[in-house]
Amino acid sequence: MKSASRKIQSILMGTAVAVGLGLSAPAGAEELRIGYLAPLTGGLAQTGIDMRDGFLLYLDQHGNKLGGMDVKLIIEDEQGKGDVAVTKAKKLVLQDKVHMLIGGVLASTGYALAPVSTELKTMYIPSIPAADDLTQRQLKNFPYLIRTSWSSSQPNHPLGQWACDQGYKKIVTIAADYAFGYETVGGFQKAFEDCGGKIIQKIWPPLGAKDFGPFIPTIKADADAVFSLMVGPMPAQFIKQMRGAGFKKPIIGGGTSYDEFVLPFMGDEAVGDVSALHYSAALQTPENEAFVKAYRAKFGKVPSYYSENNYTTAMWLDEALKKTGGKWPGAEELIKIMVGIKLDKTPRGPVSFDDMRNPVQNIYIKKVEKKKMFGYDKDELWNTVIKTYPNVDQFWTYGKDKFLAQPVYDKNFPPCKFCE
Amino acid sequence: MGSQNFKIAAVIVSLLVLLIIVPYCNSFVVLLATRALVFAILAMSLDILLGFTGLASLGQAAYFGVGAYLTAILANNYGFGLKWDFWLMIPIGMAVGGALAAFFGLFAIRATGTYFLMITLALGQCVWGLAYRWNSMTGGDNGITMKGGRPQFGIDLTSDINFFYLTFGFFVATLLALYILVRSPFGKSLLGIRERELRMRILGYNVWLHKYVAFIIAGAFGGLSGVLWAHANGIVTPETVVLTTSVDALLMTVLGGAGTLVGGAIGSAIVFGLREYVSTLVPWWQYVLGGVYVLTILYLPTGLMGIPGRIRQWRNSQTKRETTKMAPAPS
Repeated sequence: MKSASRKIQSILMGTAVAVGLGLSAPAGAEELRIGYLAPLTGGLAQTGIDMRDGFLLYLDQHGNKLGGMDVKLIIEDEQGKGDVAVTKAKKLVLQDKVHMLIGGVLASTGYALAPVSTELKTMYIPSIPAADDLTQRQLKNFPYLIRTSWSSSQPNHPLGQWACDQGYKKIVTIAADYAFGYETVGGFQKAFEDCGGKIIQKIWPPLGAKDFGPFIPTIKADADAVFSLMVGPMPAQFIKQMRGAGFKKPIIGGGTSYDEFVLPFMGDEAVGDVSALHYSAALQTPENEAFVKAYRAKFGKVPSYYSENNYTTAMWLDEALKKTGGKWPGAEELIKIMVGIKLDKTPRGPVSFDDMRNPVQNIYIKKVEKKKMFGYDKDELWNTVIKTYPNVDQFWTYGKDKFLAQPVYDKNFPPCKFCE
Repeated sequence: MGSQNFKIAAVIVSLLVLLIIVPYCNSFVVLLATRALVFAILAMSLDILLGFTGLASLGQAAYFGVGAYLTAILANNYGFGLKWDFWLMIPIGMAVGGALAAFFGLFAIRATGTYFLMITLALGQCVWGLAYRWNSMTGGDNGITMKGGRPQFGIDLTSDINFFYLTFGFFVATLLALYILVRSPFGKSLLGIRERELRMRILGYNVWLHKYVAFIIAGAFGGLSGVLWAHANGIVTPETVVLTTSVDALLMTVLGGAGTLVGGAIGSAIVFGLREYVSTLVPWWQYVLGGVYVLTILYLPTGLMGIPGRIRQWRNSQTKRETTKMAPAPS
């Protein structure tokens, strides 16, 4: 009986400790509480760190204030998983009582978090997740969502046009087999074929593939160029193996195939390849040069678009909160203010919102070059901008209504008319 | 027998404490407790195989996954399972989990040991591949968001507290059902198979059939946990069916103590506590979780539920040593 009571006592004590841990802290008055979600462990950890550092750099440069409000940034590790992101988002809102959620990397995480923002009536800024439909066909379900980054197909429409202008007639696409890959290829294919080009083959290696041996020999010989969309550890391997296999024709790609995040892992074989994105660290503007130098001095690496997008997100919030006089206006009101703000001096160039809360921004066609930049003394790979398409919105030249009338880009849309 | 009654009493008391305390915690703790309970059901279903039949399966996420995906697909496409028909969804989820297990069992039960582990792993990954690739049905890697929210039938399950009570109810029911199962003659013969399969075969038991039925039962309860998970989480993604979910279930069971049923629940509570809660407090939570796993396997191969037994053993050896020490003294 003695041991029984002791056991029960220990159980009770255990639960008491658990309850004690669960108590939440009371909130301050003029404090802006931001719940920041980024993968800090797992395969996407490095992207998550780039995102966080971009946001932190802005806070650091501005005395940890946004629009006069003291920022309490609560960073949670979403581990690159939608499930975990949902749990962490709920923790941030329910326990930490944050005003807004920012972050997520994968499109799937964006899709997981957006309904949470609706359910909990909390502002959500997908500062990286690019899934087209978040700000297109599904936007009506997400009244608290405002996107400061990009939509997957946004830079690839101009790239399709550009490829067509280069005189490419037939292109083979090879892209990671998941939604972001479909939307990237879809945007490229649509613009390229509308201009008269032909996509003659689509190859879909699985996400995370590192061995492209089975896919490279199947690339049709009559292609003028290859369009690739690789993510994470895939890009460096892909280029190495393509060039190693003796492929001499041009390779172009979606942004993540060549962004600053993967360039340091690439060799000279990537030189000359072309990609498109809404940011390049090699942009020759005073704003970008200052940003690259400050970021590199603090974190020891060249910022990627992951860093830039979050830096600009902080800047956008700063401007919006200045208009409210340093008071939290409520999620709906802040979104209303934010969509009216046009920023001219962000590292990526001028940005504003379209009426579906996705940025209108420059799209840069970039060529990988080995050179010195911004006074750094080593030869490095940089994404030199070779053409700028100014103020591109997510609907390209098609117009909102016509664009939204078609289904979201998918593995089978646009259909591959010229494949056999 | 006295110790058995005591154990039952301890479980009942802890359950009551849980039921009383959790609703007073902040809503994040309620959320975590709900999720831990769902995984506890999954871990207990696995325990039937691992602890009571001696079959280490790495494919339990498959049944969890089909239960969850079916719930999400039926709810989103047909609005099924969002009213009183939620109660139909439960047996449907169990039936589908069980049916899939019945199919997989045909391949898996032939093998034992490592081979069983590998076959179940492969079959589980087939389901993951299907979830990942069958875009039109499963939404690919974007998964399915439950548009209709949680079921409402007089009781509003959209409230996290109500859903916690519901999950708690299913947890207790599962615990009871599985407890009765393992105490039944059928459960005893499973234990026999675990201990000495050859002898059971010689005694005339149909070992294959016993294992097969256990496999199906485990699958059915896996399906049940999947149905609950879909509603608990509000989103079903391939992440739900991926190998790590199976591994998590296996680790939870081992951590708590295989062959004890409640061990799975304890393991689930600890894993969720460390992974979802401690990770909000410290960035090095992975070391804590890893450390707990390593220490458990090194020093507590019988899991946390084995602690009382270990202490008893240690005490006995102490008293034995003392008596042996004292013995030569009078001479």
